[in-house]
Amino acid sequence: MSTTPVGVIGEFTEVNAAYAAAEKLRDAGFRNWDIHTPYPVHGLDKAMGVKRSIITYISFLGLVGGLSTAVGLQLWTGAIDYKLNIGGKGFFDWQFSIPIDFELSILGTAIMTVVGLFHLCRLPTWYNKYQEDESFKKATDDTFVVTIDSDDDRFSADGTQDMLRGLGAVNVHLVNASAE
Amino acid sequence: MTVVQEQERLHVSSHNEEPVRETLVLGNPSVRDVTSRIASIVESKITLKYLATLAVTGGMAAWGLFALYYTFATGIGAWGLNNPIGWGWDITNFVFWIGIGHAGTLISAILFLFRQKWRTAINRSAEAMTIFAVICALTMVLSHTGRPWLFYWLLPYPNQMQMWVNFRSPLAWDVFAVNTYFTVSALFWFIGLIPDLATLRNYVKSDIAKKIYGVLSMGWTGSTRHWHHYEIAYMILAGISTPLVLSVHSVVSFDFTVGILPGWHTTIFPPYFVAGAIFSGFAMVMTLLVITREVLDLKQFITLKHFENMNKIILATGMMVGYAYAMEMFIAWYSGSDWERWVFINRAMGDYAWAYWTMVLCNVVSPQVYWFKKARRNIPLMFIISIFVNIGMWFERFTIIATTLHHDFLPASWGYYTPTWVEISIFIGTFGIFLTLFLLFAKFVPVIAIAEIKSILPGAQPKHHHHA
Repeated sequence: MSTTPVGVIGEFTEVNAAYAAAEKLRDAGFRNWDIHTPYPVHGLDKAMGVKRSIITYISFLGLVGGLSTAVGLQLWTGAIDYKLNIGGKGFFDWQFSIPIDFELSILGTAIMTVVGLFHLCRLPTWYNKYQEDESFKKATDDTFVVTIDSDDDRFSADGTQDMLRGLGAVNVHLVNASAE
Repeated sequence: MTVVQEQERLHVSSHNEEPVRETLVLGNPSVRDVTSRIASIVESKITLKYLATLAVTGGMAAWGLFALYYTFATGIGAWGLNNPIGWGWDITNFVFWIGIGHAGTLISAILFLFRQKWRTAINRSAEAMTIFAVICALTMVLSHTGRPWLFYWLLPYPNQMQMWVNFRSPLAWDVFAVNTYFTVSALFWFIGLIPDLATLRNYVKSDIAKKIYGVLSMGWTGSTRHWHHYEIAYMILAGISTPLVLSVHSVVSFDFTVGILPGWHTTIFPPYFVAGAIFSGFAMVMTLLVITREVLDLKQFITLKHFENMNKIILATGMMVGYAYAMEMFIAWYSGSDWERWVFINRAMGDYAWAYWTMVLCNVVSPQVYWFKKARRNIPLMFIISIFVNIGMWFERFTIIATTLHHDFLPASWGYYTPTWVEISIFIGTFGIFLTLFLLFAKFVPVIAIAEIKSILPGAQPKHHHHA
């Protein structure tokens, strides 16, 4: 029995129980744990004590990047690099630059939002230490699956399982690292 | 009790039940039922009927691609364009298709910001429709350049001539607007799909399907820590898509308004185009969903309530375009410009009067039946009206383009335009591309946003202590 467990899994079938358990586990001081849900559950992130996402700042960077690219591109190409006289109009005027300023701001924001989301969620990661576990797979169907990793300071194989059972989780079990 | 009976019952007694609003998901399914009901479409056997339909739409697409090949091999002379009329079906179809796309973004973004829960059943297919429609629009606009292999001339890139694109031109704005629209719509759609692809990854049985959905779902696990970022990201994408969708058709309308031709040079165009785009897009969503709902048996999720709401939007936007038609006429008279007045009288009574009145009948008159609740919930009727609106909105763009161009300022440059078989084939081809992509989507991708439907089921969300 030299295999070390990667963590403990427990299932909740009812959303209010999962919500209450999240608050208890947060208050117990666990850090490396998660609840996997089939759909976004309102307020569950707060109940888990998850800090506010920084993704809005990343998106804002995209907006700034897109806007400055648009202004820079139109200003530099038209008024600096190659002055093209078209009907005697100005080489650069903010008025005519608006449509492209706007579109590239949106494009920059969208791309950075997706990049930020992928980075913060570590997507794509085509591996998860729980992926072979049958309970874990139910999280994309109809079950709220709690995972508590063994590297958490408060983790103890028996104690954590008992705690989860006490909170109303069913099918609580240890998950061992896969043989490969 | 059948779903339809249940709907009738809920419809009658909805005022004394607890949620006061009409139920959005019928048959009271469990969360697991939702998974299996929608995911099983992917696992179901491919029927002969499906393959036959695919063969027809694929044939249409192939015929259109042949016509495109013929155009590129021969030159734009293969089309019916002539000297006063330099834009014909090419730009008509471009504006038509790009407009269709707008309903998808409206449903996925604007209705999301307004917390309209009924969008969850239809947003996925509407977004898919947006992307496919924009693909058709890009096909049209690229082929209209005549030498599409030189498309990169439209982009600002350093080249040996040291020339840049003219950023004062609305055609350059269009390149940015349409490409941004396509990219953002595709990203928004894909982000929405990730959790559902993960559901499919865990649902399907064959190893190959598991691998494909596994790769596409990016390793999504449903982690609450991820949902936390995901929901904010989704909100941001919805928030930026909303002004984007308004801007795209505004920019498309600039292609006309920035030109100083009577009939095009009007300030009403941007809002008028946006309203028309949403109008036509909802009609196309309706056409597709009436069929999809029947064929894939999704009556449980796409209910008469959804159709009724969509019909209300069709009525409202139809009235907006009707107002725009009237206001155009009024302003043409009020402007005091002889050219402007003449163009509008010619539009309604000239060579293209048949196109103008087809447009008015289809767009303004036909949706008026939706003042009646019975009509808003009558499926055969709404199918017919949606086809009428599609036809009417196509004729709106054709009317705008052809009537303004066919009589130039001098009678020497007056003409009439009829398309050749090549243009007609290309248009049929875009429908082929659109329908083929939609059929593939309906079979291999969750047609309904599984995670979103689950989140609005009764009892899906925790009862918090602080609000009752």
